[in-house]
Amino acid sequence: MWFPRLASDRVLRAHPIDGPFALTLRQANAERLYCLNPEAERQGLHREMPFADARAFCPALHSRPADPVGDARFLHVLRRWATRYCPWVGIEGDDGLVLDITGSAHLFGGEPMMLSDMRQRLNRAGLTARIGLGDTRGAAWALARFGEGRAETGQPLDTLTGLPVAALRLDGKTVIALQRLGLRTIGDLEGAARAPLARRFGLDLLLRLDQALGRQPEQIAPLADPPHYAARMSLPDPIGLFDDVMAGTSRLLDRLCARLKARETGARALRLTLRRVDQEALTVELRLAGPLRDAARILPLFERGVGEIDAGYGIDQMRLEATQVEPLPVHQISHMSSGRTDRLNDLISRIGTRIGLENVQRFLPADSHIPERGFIIAAAACSKPGGPWVALRPRPVRLFPPEPIAGTRPRPPERFRWRRISLTTARATGPERIAPEWWLPDENWRSGLRDYWHVETRQGRRLWLFYTPQNPGWFVQGEFA
Amino acid sequence: MINPVGLSVFFDPAHLLLAQTGDQTETLAVAEEALRDGSVPLVTLEITRPLNLREGRRLQLAAKAGNTTGLCLIPEGMGSNAAETRWHCTPVFDAGDSTLMRWKIIKNKSGTLGSWHVRWNATSHRLDVVSPAGERPGSAGASD
Repeated sequence: MWFPRLASDRVLRAHPIDGPFALTLRQANAERLYCLNPEAERQGLHREMPFADARAFCPALHSRPADPVGDARFLHVLRRWATRYCPWVGIEGDDGLVLDITGSAHLFGGEPMMLSDMRQRLNRAGLTARIGLGDTRGAAWALARFGEGRAETGQPLDTLTGLPVAALRLDGKTVIALQRLGLRTIGDLEGAARAPLARRFGLDLLLRLDQALGRQPEQIAPLADPPHYAARMSLPDPIGLFDDVMAGTSRLLDRLCARLKARETGARALRLTLRRVDQEALTVELRLAGPLRDAARILPLFERGVGEIDAGYGIDQMRLEATQVEPLPVHQISHMSSGRTDRLNDLISRIGTRIGLENVQRFLPADSHIPERGFIIAAAACSKPGGPWVALRPRPVRLFPPEPIAGTRPRPPERFRWRRISLTTARATGPERIAPEWWLPDENWRSGLRDYWHVETRQGRRLWLFYTPQNPGWFVQGEFA
Repeated sequence: MINPVGLSVFFDPAHLLLAQTGDQTETLAVAEEALRDGSVPLVTLEITRPLNLREGRRLQLAAKAGNTTGLCLIPEGMGSNAAETRWHCTPVFDAGDSTLMRWKIIKNKSGTLGSWHVRWNATSHRLDVVSPAGERPGSAGASD
């Protein structure tokens, strides 16, 4: 199954445009046409054409930037759709699918019926598709791209004989060389002597030929479906009581956790979607501090979110999805690992449901002499405690934004007032000079160098003062224990 | 705010978790949750308005259930009646030491009141509760 205009069809499906349309992609510093619709091809445009030329040929051209990643995603969606025809579906290149319909054609009333069904459905979806059907993967490829049709069982050569050699999945150089030799079609190639061909072009050419004609086997590799972590439940009668919703959640959670367990993964974020009778969907989001697949531990965390929702006329559909999943291998439990981390993670998750998981934080050391930058604050759920803490010089346990006090001389003032307290300096240790980090702009350090003093007052309080020699002034920035 | 670099002299800040709350109701809820859970040995909270009887009692019960110590930093005169003990700690100037503090227990449900001079012993990494004999500063506040 080949989609010659996958990219432009995808965009036109969302925003239909009449008239010539093309997608452009920036290649080697030039905008080039990436994919275009039949209307544009009729105007004489072709792929790989510089966009400026195309505009000159066809001033009415509509264009959009291409999105190859989105196209690849769309192809995967189509692959999933194609599993309605047979279980073995693989991706072929950037814009094709390969289906192994052995044994499933009769379900659709035979091969021709199946092909017309495919065509009809794709056509309705607005996709241009060319479908080839053959005994072998090579024959189907050739027919999809060059012949559009069906090769009779057991006689692939009859259908393929008139197709050009390019239909054999060969590279461009080989194709040109074969044409120069006068071997233009597959029939010509099949009729030629094999030994000289093998010597001239290598075994690859003959391998491709044999694969197309069924003399060499070729497998298709079906893509595995990515694991799907979700469970849903439809209820015959709407429910609205808290206990009922929790009971339903518990059943969904059991199913989901069984699935997580089978794959040795744990959920990190969950979403419970409750669909009300009046088609309104309510969601309860839950983020966990660590990967978890224990239903009994997750369920109580939902209580808060479920308690807050408004059931309205009742809920008749529930869906639970693990939106973020992390590997969680099975661990040997020993008397050494006392589950303390688990309990702490549970606590963090529980507190997180109330104040937001990013508000539960921890300190991490940072490498800077600037007191405010000597540490960073990170969310506890997505960081590990780490690093050694080094305090080369005494540092206060409390830091606050600098509070000015009176004084202009470089020695600490004998008496000063701070926060409406009169203080007398009894002992001052210092100065410790800290220079601003010029590579990081910081408003607070505009005043230049700072000379820090550890000042012990006769009243008891031990303060961290600094003096700015470039802008004479005294400030209090911290308090020692 | 707390400076973990300064705290690292006393204990490893890796064992410290912070919860940033929006208002005091949230603070109390988080504290109660943490106290009841018991997986953290000490819960410290800072309040700005006095606790009423119900709030204080709930925290007290939660701490009992979780076997956890709760420490509430209160502005002067805003203590709760439910608290087991209440302390008043002030730094004290001492010519030879810059860690001296006076810890005074001003409420005790299950014992007597008292006052101690404590200093941080950096070599043994613990508090020295008893002042060295003869060097006790200001005998007015000494324990009896």
